[in-house]
Amino acid sequence: MSAIFIMIGASLLLAIGFLIAFIWSVKSNQYEDDYTPSVRILFDNTTIQETKQETNNNTKKTK
Amino acid sequence: MYSNATQTKVTCYHCGEDVVEKHYHIKEKEFCCRGCQTVYEIINKSDLCSYYDLEQNPGINQKQEIRKGKFDFLDDAQIIKKLIHFQDDTHQHIIFYLPQMHCASCIWILEHLNKINSGIIKSQVNFIKKEVTIIYNFQETSLKKVAEALTLIGYEPHISLNDVSTDKVKKYDTTAIVKLGIAGFCFGNIMMLSFPEYFSLAKSDDIGLKTWFNYLNLFLALPVFFYSASEFFISGYKGLRQKFLNIDAPIALAVLITFGRSLYEILSGTGAGYLDSMSGIVFFMLIGRYFQNRTYQSISFDRDFTSYFPLGVSVINEDGTEKQISVADLKVGNRIKIHNDEIIPADSILFLGKATIDYSFVTGESLPVEKSIGEIAYAGGKQTSGAIELEVVKEVSQSYLTQLWNNEAFKENKEKVKVSFIHRVSRYFTYFLFSIAAIAAIYWSINDPSKVWGAVTAVLIVACPCALLLSATFTNGNMIRILNKYKLYVKNASVIEYMSEIDTVVFDKTGTITEQGKSEISFQGIELFETQSQLIHSLANQSNHPLSKSIVSFLPFSKRLNIKNYKEFKGFGTSATINGHFIKMGSSDFVLGKDSAQLISGSRVYVSIDEEFIGYFIVKNAYRNGLEKIVSSLHTQFDLKILSGDNSSEENYLKTIFGNKTEMLFEQKPEDKLNFIKHLQNNHKKVLMIGDGLNDAGALKQSNVGIAISDNTNNFSPACDAVLSGKNFTLLKELVNYCRKQKTIIFSSFVLSILYNFVGLFFAVQGDLKPVIAAILMPISSISIVLLTTGLSSFYELKLKKLNPDKSQF
Repeated sequence: MSAIFIMIGASLLLAIGFLIAFIWSVKSNQYEDDYTPSVRILFDNTTIQETKQETNNNTKKTK
Repeated sequence: MYSNATQTKVTCYHCGEDVVEKHYHIKEKEFCCRGCQTVYEIINKSDLCSYYDLEQNPGINQKQEIRKGKFDFLDDAQIIKKLIHFQDDTHQHIIFYLPQMHCASCIWILEHLNKINSGIIKSQVNFIKKEVTIIYNFQETSLKKVAEALTLIGYEPHISLNDVSTDKVKKYDTTAIVKLGIAGFCFGNIMMLSFPEYFSLAKSDDIGLKTWFNYLNLFLALPVFFYSASEFFISGYKGLRQKFLNIDAPIALAVLITFGRSLYEILSGTGAGYLDSMSGIVFFMLIGRYFQNRTYQSISFDRDFTSYFPLGVSVINEDGTEKQISVADLKVGNRIKIHNDEIIPADSILFLGKATIDYSFVTGESLPVEKSIGEIAYAGGKQTSGAIELEVVKEVSQSYLTQLWNNEAFKENKEKVKVSFIHRVSRYFTYFLFSIAAIAAIYWSINDPSKVWGAVTAVLIVACPCALLLSATFTNGNMIRILNKYKLYVKNASVIEYMSEIDTVVFDKTGTITEQGKSEISFQGIELFETQSQLIHSLANQSNHPLSKSIVSFLPFSKRLNIKNYKEFKGFGTSATINGHFIKMGSSDFVLGKDSAQLISGSRVYVSIDEEFIGYFIVKNAYRNGLEKIVSSLHTQFDLKILSGDNSSEENYLKTIFGNKTEMLFEQKPEDKLNFIKHLQNNHKKVLMIGDGLNDAGALKQSNVGIAISDNTNNFSPACDAVLSGKNFTLLKELVNYCRKQKTIIFSSFVLSILYNFVGLFFAVQGDLKPVIAAILMPISSISIVLLTTGLSSFYELKLKKLNPDKSQF
């Protein structure tokens, strides 16, 4: 049964680690803006080539 | 004024507006104006065309050109120092407010600014606040160039006097979330560690394990009790010190008793305590508060004139050179230069140039006022006819307009003194609870004195008014969210309650029931031939008078005609000889030589050709669509009043809409408006004031609920309790009635939670409330409260939904 004493204690310490991570994330203002990051992550990193974009527009128009 | 719809509608590739003149195009992309085309060229050149792929026509219309040199004041080291947030050897950080931001494309382009100006190192958008944080190398570029780069692509930063005021931007407050997180964490873990207790898994022979769990629970409950729940203790104590029993006091008492009893049980080894219920209820109440206080972040509700006034102004030195200084540093005697569309920052005397000043926002006058040299121009007016020079006669803080803010209504940071009904209800509830506890105590002290302590504490633990607080906060949070959907943005939850008690509605006229910057124009008289309308157009085109300008936009453009002997008679009209015809335009006195009959509405411009009277133009304020409907529906429920800063020329027309009995006051100064509201309140009226401009600021502040109407949520709106989109103006009555449902919803969910409380009380008075029962009742009642308030507030929303209002994003 003594294993439980240690396991519970260890699990709690682990959980407290996550709590600290949470507090850090709040304090570093990650909860300030909950919209922009959701859009930002969908942006492509590469710039789209002019030609590719032209065709894109053409297909848009024909739709 | 009205453009005929073309058969094949072409929209601007940049901003999505209809293309009227097909002048501007690059390849097959059409643009509505040169501005849009220029922006496209810049974006194209900088290889940023994904801008147009993310959203369709994401651009901002560029029809209004922005004057070159507008941001010259950003070269001033003093101003830079005040604006920037951080600086090291090479970098400066600046946060700009960009009201134009509206879509994913905006975010994208604003985060790729370094392609337009390579001195910009990083830019990050906060879309909710419509802000962009820019880090730039100030040796490579400058604040002014950054602002100009933004303006170039259509995002002109909004920089006002307020940005440099002493109290810096409110810091984002994280304590609420941290408190919530800690309470939630501890609640979950305590619940888990209490499982053996609930199911009697730990047999009595395993005392060690049980004690270990109990002490862990106690350890976890400490931050909940001392940190997360601290606000209940503080606010309850503050209330008691002012001899006022608010809802937080009984809640704090319940938390305290629960914690005390649990502490005693654990330390004495007699039981497990109710720490799970305690941290649970604190957690749920904090969620409720957080939910309720999540108001719309991009709208600021306590703006004063400083957010409306510009930051920089050009001052002309004695040697004739121009220098940019901060408006706050303006001194009496300074000579200033105001360009077209700029705001006059201080009361000053016109020195040079032709002033036509639009005061609609400041005084409520719907037509711009002409000033001649030597006349005083009050601060807050917007110059509309070219550049002028003025001499400052009063400092900014002493101006006619800004003095309004010295009124006592603004001085005390007046929390409207009324106490929410929640507190009153909680008080009765507390008395009721104490009497039950007392009865239980008396009963047990007679029958079994050992149970007194257990029964009394259990009663107080089970039935704290937490349920009431939960009902109120979740209802309010939900209603605020739904009101936001209909574009009524309230400042905080108490506004909903004030709104539900309104019995008098006071309207401002200009900009509130009329539409800003729009006028209705019609011609009465003979049928105009094309040649005649050409003549009138040519004459009107010569004058800068606002009425002439309206007529110019009303008549179709024709070819330019040869004008001779053009004369302008100030305050009367104009005359000229065009193509051999002598035309006069102006007041009836001027054109007909006699005063006209009583005006029904609006201003008239009389026209004669070759001394023969042919008719007159009527220029009226354009009232909001559906005004008549909304007025007649409001009449049945409220007392209506009109409070206008404008002259009474529209009085007769307004009477046809509002009826004869409606009180209408005209030519009201800002202070008059404020005092009128005060007067109504002294007669025990609950006043809802609806206004839009700076002149309404005092009245909005004084009234029980001040709603600022805004046609464009980006626009400046003065200090108020709520902002309503002009498009949803007609929903006013339904929105007020929706707020009235608040009490019903709170009460119904409270009654539901009381049912749970009775079950708990049943066990509590008997003195054997098991932790597992408390631990089951508490979350169940909390969850059912949340479900019920959400359900009811959405149910009452159905009525609003039917009206099919404008719900588009802005």
